Amino acid sequence: MTERVPILRIGEVLVVSIQFDLEDQTVLHLQEDLAEQIVARSARGVIIDITALEIVDSFVGRMLATIADVSRMLDARTVVVGMRPAVAITLVELGLSLGGVDTALDLEKGLARLRRPARSADRV
Amino acid sequence: MVKRDVAADLVALLSAEGRDVAAEWAQRASGPLAGRMSLLALERELRELYTALVEALRQGAADVHAEQMSEVRALLTELSRSRARQGFTPTETAVSILSLKRVLEPVLQEGSVEEAGSYFRLGLLLDDLSMFTIEAYTQTREELIIVQAEQLMELSTPVVKLWEGVIAVPLVGTLDSARTQVVMEKLLQALVDTGSEQAIIDITGVPAIDTQVAQHLLKTIVAVRLMGAECTVSGIRPQIAQTIVALGIEFGDIQTKATLADALQLALRKSGVDMVEHAGGHR
Repeated sequence: MTERVPILRIGEVLVVSIQFDLEDQTVLHLQEDLAEQIVARSARGVIIDITALEIVDSFVGRMLATIADVSRMLDARTVVVGMRPAVAITLVELGLSLGGVDTALDLEKGLARLRRPARSADRV
Repeated sequence: MVKRDVAADLVALLSAEGRDVAAEWAQRASGPLAGRMSLLALERELRELYTALVEALRQGAADVHAEQMSEVRALLTELSRSRARQGFTPTETAVSILSLKRVLEPVLQEGSVEEAGSYFRLGLLLDDLSMFTIEAYTQTREELIIVQAEQLMELSTPVVKLWEGVIAVPLVGTLDSARTQVVMEKLLQALVDTGSEQAIIDITGVPAIDTQVAQHLLKTIVAVRLMGAECTVSGIRPQIAQTIVALGIEFGDIQTKATLADALQLALRKSGVDMVEHAGGHR
């Protein structure tokens, strides 16, 4: 039995805090669980907290993008929060820009962002 | 055995009867240094070197790289280092060694043919020694430059807080990949430390932009966005704007402003701060 990542709920927002390095199976479980939970709890937003992740490879990068895509299909916005500077630099060097994924500095700012209209609108 | 004799001749030449060669050497060497170094310190240095040189020759050292010369080499390195640090020129450093030739010059007129021969050989040895000095001198200078470059790198990338939630990096000088890395790391860390959501990169002090520099700049901006902050580039001078367009560099949806003031205004508006001008202001 592989570990499962707990999914917490704050109001209309689901919060996923990733605390350990993810195995492939865990990632697949997380994607399934999250999709189910979004529907079951009619969530409008998903926050993925990666503060604890020291290493992000292309696999995790793709996972984040997939989760964002799936959530968007279910009309929920995804915000990735707490990315470390070293992780951001690694992703840039890898050429992954996580297009379509919203980001925020920490959980608090992530929640604030979900309350505001979509980011693409206020960037102009 | 012949070599042994040559060395012995050199020793005899150096330890000339009734003369304090080391003192004369120091006297000679102090001339070109023009009082920038006390005679006493110079004499102590050269006497040490002289003693080591005589000792090395006595043990049969044939050239600069001989094992017996290690003490001499160590002293020479030390001498060149201190000269380089004190800002003497390479010539002034080498002349300290070469002036020993001058001291022994009278041998050519008064001495026998054999003595003249050993003077010539000693001259060759001193040439090598001074060459060694120059090399050590250059190396010290090189190290100095590297240290200074590192210091400059750290100094030249300050991250300043302009407002609550707004930070800026004024870039001065040319951007290369090493510097971009430092800027990127400092900026991202500052975002975390201050919890800022607005970052401004001011390139007023960047003399020129080419595709490489732009690439570095874009990378930094993407990293800032990944962290969840927004980035504005400011301080784009007219020529630089023309260069960017001429080079066909795509800035995409990256916000750019002509001046830091404009960028700050934009950042404040985005973070929900309103600036109001009072009608009855003092100015």
